[in-house]
Amino acid sequence: METSKPLDNCRADTAHIGKSVIVKGELSGSEDLYLDGEVEGVIELRGHSLVIGPNGRVRARIQARDIVIHGKVDGNVQAVERVELRKSAVVVGDILTRRIVIEDGAYFKGGIDAQKEAPKAEPVSAVAVQPAVPAPAPVSSTVIAAQALPVGAK
Amino acid sequence: MTFPWFRGAGRKGDEAAGSESARITRRSNGLSELTRVLHTEESLHLLDLGPTSAQNITYLTGMGHGIHSEDVLLASCDPSLLVPGTDGKLVMDVDRFMAENLQYDPASFDAVLFWDTPDYMHADLVKPLVQRIHRILKPKGLLLGYFHTRDAGSDAPYHRYHIGTDDTLELQRIPPTAPGREEDRRYHHFRLQRVFNNRHIENLFHDYSSIKFFLGRDNIREVLVVR
Repeated sequence: METSKPLDNCRADTAHIGKSVIVKGELSGSEDLYLDGEVEGVIELRGHSLVIGPNGRVRARIQARDIVIHGKVDGNVQAVERVELRKSAVVVGDILTRRIVIEDGAYFKGGIDAQKEAPKAEPVSAVAVQPAVPAPAPVSSTVIAAQALPVGAK
Repeated sequence: MTFPWFRGAGRKGDEAAGSESARITRRSNGLSELTRVLHTEESLHLLDLGPTSAQNITYLTGMGHGIHSEDVLLASCDPSLLVPGTDGKLVMDVDRFMAENLQYDPASFDAVLFWDTPDYMHADLVKPLVQRIHRILKPKGLLLGYFHTRDAGSDAPYHRYHIGTDDTLELQRIPPTAPGREEDRRYHHFRLQRVFNNRHIENLFHDYSSIKFFLGRDNIREVLVVR
């Protein structure tokens, strides 16, 4: 396991898998994960973020809340919130998510199903109110957001 | 690494040719006709056969359609696809290419964005590719293609096609290879291989039900083909 990572989403409370680690089987957890090694099988981080580093090589079905890919992925990718393909990403598989960001230079072969957000029920109290639509992600000059419009915005 | 079937392959200055990543905007009547259909239908399945374009994905998913992306020209540059033929010369392994690419169920797509892929593709792959697209397109499905009308030789630069608006395209020359993405260097070897005239194009899409030509001012012939 490695300690310092310059890439995004790498905080102290993030689990790290270094580039020399090879995992075969099911990888699941309840915390954010930075993965720079090799995984073959299934990755499930429901409700948490996954960052696949530039050395990451994944042959797996992936499920997480947010997924940022710098490395190579062969398999279907499903994110509740958002998928980001950075410029070094090579992804072969289908992507299912509400929002997708693809940096210029990323390679992608597969299908994209940008899901629309399910309609929210009326809040029962002021305390329970949650934002109906998450704040738009910051989009830099080199990153273009491909996002399905939330239902409330049409 | 060079790709011997490409005209002008191995020329010096290949990388420099790609250093201009500025975009050219051009009007496209073919695109205009296609987007008119895309606006009237919902949840269509589309296939983009050019290099991955975030802009196209944004545009098409924003309309509520599903999109598949598959860069067949880049895939055709796998050096292992060249195998010795009966006379010892290297030939394209067409069967293997078709087994590894465009593997979709019949009638999967409502429209295919073919761009100018055939002009740059290895000659042996063009016909099988068009036949495969015929199989995976739905009846009445659309194909949008672009063909050069003038042989600019090996100097005709390869462009990525981005959808700007309903009737405009942005053509982008391939930018310099990014660090760690040596495989992208293949883009810089793409050279115009041939020029199809109208008769060639009609023969190529012989199995399709109709074809409409739009002649641009920039020596590009647009075609909108109906399955």
